[in-house]
Amino acid sequence: MSDGDGRAGLNGVVVAHGTLASAMVDAAEQITGISGMLKAVSNSGCDRGALEERIWAAIGEAPSVVFVDLAAGSCLIAVLRRVRERPDVRVVTGVNLAMLVDFLFHRTLPAEEAAAHAAASGGSAIRVP
Amino acid sequence: MPVLLCRVDDRLIHGQVVLGWGRPLGLERIVLVDDDVAANTWEQQLYRMAVPAGIDVVFASVAGAIAGLGAWEADGVRTALLTGGIASMAALHAAHPDAVHRINLGGLHHQPGRSERLPYLYLTDAELSELRTLERDGAQVTAQDVPTAQPVALESIA
Repeated sequence: MSDGDGRAGLNGVVVAHGTLASAMVDAAEQITGISGMLKAVSNSGCDRGALEERIWAAIGEAPSVVFVDLAAGSCLIAVLRRVRERPDVRVVTGVNLAMLVDFLFHRTLPAEEAAAHAAASGGSAIRVP
Repeated sequence: MPVLLCRVDDRLIHGQVVLGWGRPLGLERIVLVDDDVAANTWEQQLYRMAVPAGIDVVFASVAGAIAGLGAWEADGVRTALLTGGIASMAALHAAHPDAVHRINLGGLHHQPGRSERLPYLYLTDAELSELRTLERDGAQVTAQDVPTAQPVALESIA
């Protein structure tokens, strides 16, 4: 996987309940104009094993950042079950649109830095104006 | 009274359990009955992460749960009993038919050989037969993923 300038980029995976992930990926692509760099995974219809397989098929072999909706729940548990075996995969919970946009613009960072950057951006987007 | 929910759910601890059921029932304890998880401290750490403060989690094998159920019934802590499959719940019912009387089918998802009975409930014919046997043995079995949904009686599940 590479950006338009040829640099290698991280794989991004969004895991969420129902149709949330695909909607968020679609929205992030519309905002940034960058498409095909985020994969959406839904937990619909899955038991624990099937969800785990679905997520890790989306992650594949590439260094990745996985964005999960809830900080507690089946999606996070399914990701974390295997994450110890993959130090090149980082997980961010509480996914929002701001963090996905940030990630798409920082995909050439190492996974750990991209995850921290996206989490900070997503956190700072939460306000009560 | 202390065991308020006996739920079969192949996702074990997740949002529907801790939030959907946990809040309205005022759960103080979840007993996760699963032989594999009971033997795996890493898995236990993961499931603990999914539980909000104020709810204790106990991990038990089926045998351990059979041994512990009397005490959990007696100590007054508002408890949910959770298994990932029908056989484990049937074993608990056989050992403690009064405590494990109402059995909630919360989520059994697609696997080879299973067919859809409800959107969140896939069963093989053998599993359906096992559930009917449970009812003949005195249990009351209903399907209901979240408390706001209408419970579906086993007799209407084909």
